[in-house]
Amino acid sequence: MANPMSIIGKNAVAIACDLRLGLQALTVSNDFPKIFQYGPDVFLGLTGLATDVQTVSDLFRYKVNLYRLREERDISPQTMANLVSTSLYEKRFGPFFVNPVVAGINRTTGEPFICGFDSIGCIDFAKDFIVSGTSADQLFGTCEALWQPDLEAEDLFETISQALLSAVDRDALAGWGAHVYIVEKDKVTKRLLKGRQD
Amino acid sequence: MVGFDFSNYNRNAALHAQGVPLPKATSTGTTIVGCIFDGGVVIAADTRATSGPIVADKNCEKLHYIAPQIWCAGAGTAADTEFTTALISSNLQLHALSTGRTPRVVTCMTMLKQHLFRYQGHIGAYLVVAGVDPTGVGLFTVHAHGSTDKLPYVTMGSGSMAAMAVFEANWKGTLTRDDAVKLCSEAILAGIFNDLGSGSNVDVCVITENKTTLLRNHIKPNERAQKERNYRFPRGTTAVLNEKIVTREELSKYVTVHELSSDDDVVVVEKMDVDG
Repeated sequence: MANPMSIIGKNAVAIACDLRLGLQALTVSNDFPKIFQYGPDVFLGLTGLATDVQTVSDLFRYKVNLYRLREERDISPQTMANLVSTSLYEKRFGPFFVNPVVAGINRTTGEPFICGFDSIGCIDFAKDFIVSGTSADQLFGTCEALWQPDLEAEDLFETISQALLSAVDRDALAGWGAHVYIVEKDKVTKRLLKGRQD
Repeated sequence: MVGFDFSNYNRNAALHAQGVPLPKATSTGTTIVGCIFDGGVVIAADTRATSGPIVADKNCEKLHYIAPQIWCAGAGTAADTEFTTALISSNLQLHALSTGRTPRVVTCMTMLKQHLFRYQGHIGAYLVVAGVDPTGVGLFTVHAHGSTDKLPYVTMGSGSMAAMAVFEANWKGTLTRDDAVKLCSEAILAGIFNDLGSGSNVDVCVITENKTTLLRNHIKPNERAQKERNYRFPRGTTAVLNEKIVTREELSKYVTVHELSSDDDVVVVEKMDVDG
């Protein structure tokens, strides 16, 4: 099942995903978002087996809710990253088939943060972009070409959108529209993109 | 120590039998080396992480902290090296606290090998352990199945042959700190340029009796050239069907924030009933 990606900009991060849900070559749904919100500015993208995407997203809703009650504050993206990592490694020999991506802005430092994981919780801290899912190979190509440092929020949106749309158009298993979140210090913008429906 | 959760194991085995491919783990294709010198020890690593033929991370950290004077270089399954070293670091700290002594490199190596042997190689961590303790300088390799080696110069990972060639050609019995850093760096460079699983930069860690120095990105021989032009799209390029903006001010409509009066009287310590 298709793919979220996340890129970093100047005081902003972007996280995006396509909307396809498929059973091998059969498209089951064209409205299946894979990005979940766990605080005012912490987002988690999940690719992989659809049953695990739902199980894992619900598991983290439970864990983050308990964290918020215990700590009386929202979770930071860095803490979220470590929570995801340790939770996945717990299942080292029976993993969830997911490749998560965390994106957000740290409220204390104001710094944007993104990272990605393999299915057993190894964190990939990146200063530029993270990709995941069936079109990860294509996304590596488009991001490596289109990304540049210090993109403003508006330019970040165009860059991540074009990188994602270009990549999924060359992946038979992905596409059917996309969601793009642009996360800034005091504002989150969610956009629905027009994408090919074939 | 709590073990792993196998609750998805049977499901995954059934899924795999039906032809669902198992997920690829990130591995550190890797060249890692270590070398002792007069008064200390150096370990070094490259910074490439791979997932199959794809470079997953161009500048990852493969030198792991165990204790202030004990560091570890990791090859193999990236998650395993990360978590195994973190676990042993934690247990070694507790051990140091309960004995009141600074931890020894042999202790660390023994804890690692016993942990890895128990898992019969399924935890894919291949490590170079190095450090200085009250008994002197220590340098070991630990394999995923639990075997260990104690040598004056060691290499591990897919680039180990390229790195060992450099050691065998240039290693001497007496080395200064700078000689050892240079020798280890050159061994890593041999891995970076001759082994496809290794690449990017050289990380070095120098441990002496009274100081540990981590030289992150000591050599950067593979910097990406600055792009001459850019692919910045004009704003409005992408077709948008729907847009929703949530601002922080909007959030305050649903949440009220009260400033607390003073710090003294707000902290209420919960009383706990204790028997006896």
